[in-house]
Amino acid sequence: MTQIGGAAWVFGDGVDTDVMAPGLYFKASMDVMARHCMEAIDPEFAARIVPGDIVVAGRNFGVGSAREQAPMALQHLGVGAILAESYGRIFYRNALNFGIPTLVFPQAGEIAAGDRLCIDPLAGRIENRTQARTYTVAGLPEHLLAMIAAGGLMPYLKQRIAARGAS
Amino acid sequence: MSRNDGAPNWLRRMPTGYHIAQKIIARAAGRDAVMPGEIVTCSVDLALLLDSGGPRRIWPRLIELGVGVWDPDKIVVVTDHFTPAVDAESAAILKLTRDFVREFAIPRFFDMQGIGHVVLAENGLVQPGMFACGGDSHSSNGGAFGCYMAGFGAIEMTGVVVTGEIWLQVPRAVRVNWSGAFGAGVAAKDVMLLLCRELGIDNAHHVIEFGGDTVAAMSMNERTTLTNMAAELGAETGIVEPDETTLAAIRAAGQEPAADALRWRSDADADYAAVHAFDAAALAPQVAAPHSPANSGPVDSFADVPVDQAYIGACVGAKLSDLRMAAAVLRGRRVAAGTRLMVAPASQRVIREATADGTLQTLVDAGAYLLPTGCGACAALGAGILAEDEVCISSTNRNFRGRMGANSASVYLGSPYTVAASAVAGRIADPREMLSQEPGSDPA
Ligand code: SF4
Repeated sequence: MTQIGGAAWVFGDGVDTDVMAPGLYFKASMDVMARHCMEAIDPEFAARIVPGDIVVAGRNFGVGSAREQAPMALQHLGVGAILAESYGRIFYRNALNFGIPTLVFPQAGEIAAGDRLCIDPLAGRIENRTQARTYTVAGLPEHLLAMIAAGGLMPYLKQRIAARGAS
Repeated sequence: MSRNDGAPNWLRRMPTGYHIAQKIIARAAGRDAVMPGEIVTCSVDLALLLDSGGPRRIWPRLIELGVGVWDPDKIVVVTDHFTPAVDAESAAILKLTRDFVREFAIPRFFDMQGIGHVVLAENGLVQPGMFACGGDSHSSNGGAFGCYMAGFGAIEMTGVVVTGEIWLQVPRAVRVNWSGAFGAGVAAKDVMLLLCRELGIDNAHHVIEFGGDTVAAMSMNERTTLTNMAAELGAETGIVEPDETTLAAIRAAGQEPAADALRWRSDADADYAAVHAFDAAALAPQVAAPHSPANSGPVDSFADVPVDQAYIGACVGAKLSDLRMAAAVLRGRRVAAGTRLMVAPASQRVIREATADGTLQTLVDAGAYLLPTGCGACAALGAGILAEDEVCISSTNRNFRGRMGANSASVYLGSPYTVAASAVAGRIADPREMLSQEPGSDPA
């Protein structure tokens, strides 16, 4: 996984899954759903995010539902990585399963909206180019590296099934 | 209140026992023992798939992978989120779910029978010692039966359905003991609203184990309210050690629990991250204000908030016991003018039983509007959703912004007692006052 760079979108504590993927749009396409991602707390987000931008948040990011549309909507909008102090447990697993670099970042509060960030998710290196500061955090979980290297759970399952077929 | 015997560190005996979740995980991982923090791979005994994140999201992935399901006998499929179909999209989702069940010959399919978590319990399908996964965050509901059951996203459930396995980091356990009897008008829901405030909603990597004589005296319905809302605590899941009440409920559902089902208990010297003790007799009805279950406080702190809608629904808040709580308040009373009370029973069986014992009659006589069984307005998927700026008090488990409809709507959470009392008063009200007065004697 190569380096990821983009502008920071900063959110507070406890951003829930229902705000990322509102139930009202469950039956709609991901295009429509993604347009409403975060609108209850930041109506500009979906329209203005640029692919590669990075979501930075406080505690318990993605608290709530098992709906995978929450990380899918972020990915659909081009979010390059997620950095939060802590995560809702199902959201965290979902995000990694979709291959979104998702790091635990205790100093998330030091990032300002719009800061230019550059991340090496494997090494756990976070560079804030705007503030000229660099952080080292725990990289992606070791037991999931093979899955993440494959690009997420689906490509990983494909590899495993192919290996099973070949053996 | 962490356990600490006061001995110096080098003298303190290391806890040698295991908590119930640890024992179940070890069994499912094929190990003698596992320690908190370890990453293990577990075999899944039961996978619950719902219409929302189940076949609709999993089937296309199975096609992409070119594989089928690992074991149809270990899969349970339920339609609940989009029932009944109200438009072309929901009808198509339900049809796809039925086609999936036929295609993969899945024997246990509950179509429009009620909310999945409740249907599993009603049919005795969650049993002590099981390791189960559900494609929904409130899968923790099943933990009331002494099994380890946790929720996962649809992509991860795809992995389960293909491989029959899932990885897990063994959680630490937090023991929550309740002792004493509830006062009138207080219930398990109030316990959980208080715990969301006291323990916070950021308990990832922990399993919440509920115990004490209050829990031992609870019905299985009330116990599932505890484990259901372990999801609101942000925990991996919740669990209650099985006892005779558990076994009796499984037998009443027509299943026979394993002969050694009661061996699934925590050891006396199990290692807990924390042990908390609470007094049930001192508990007042609790209400959580928008937009988090952790924004809770005693009902008095919210008195006089006018409500447009009172909603009795969801896996957590519309079981037979919940409808009976509402009926106890509503008997001989009327819903206030300008407020609507909506009731969406949690299952078809709840409807049958609440019809037989007169509970539904009491609700309808009080002016309640009956909705079909299913998830309904709980997640803004079915009937009963809220308009801009409306205020609702609800027996559901979550009050996130936009959860039940418009982003500007306000949802307060309360027990069925509190929701019913608020429906009568037209504003958030303490059910204890009404329960202590004869109907009709209320001067208000
Ligand atoms: S009733 Fe609500 S909380 Fe329960 S499964 Fe349905 S949507 Fe989820």
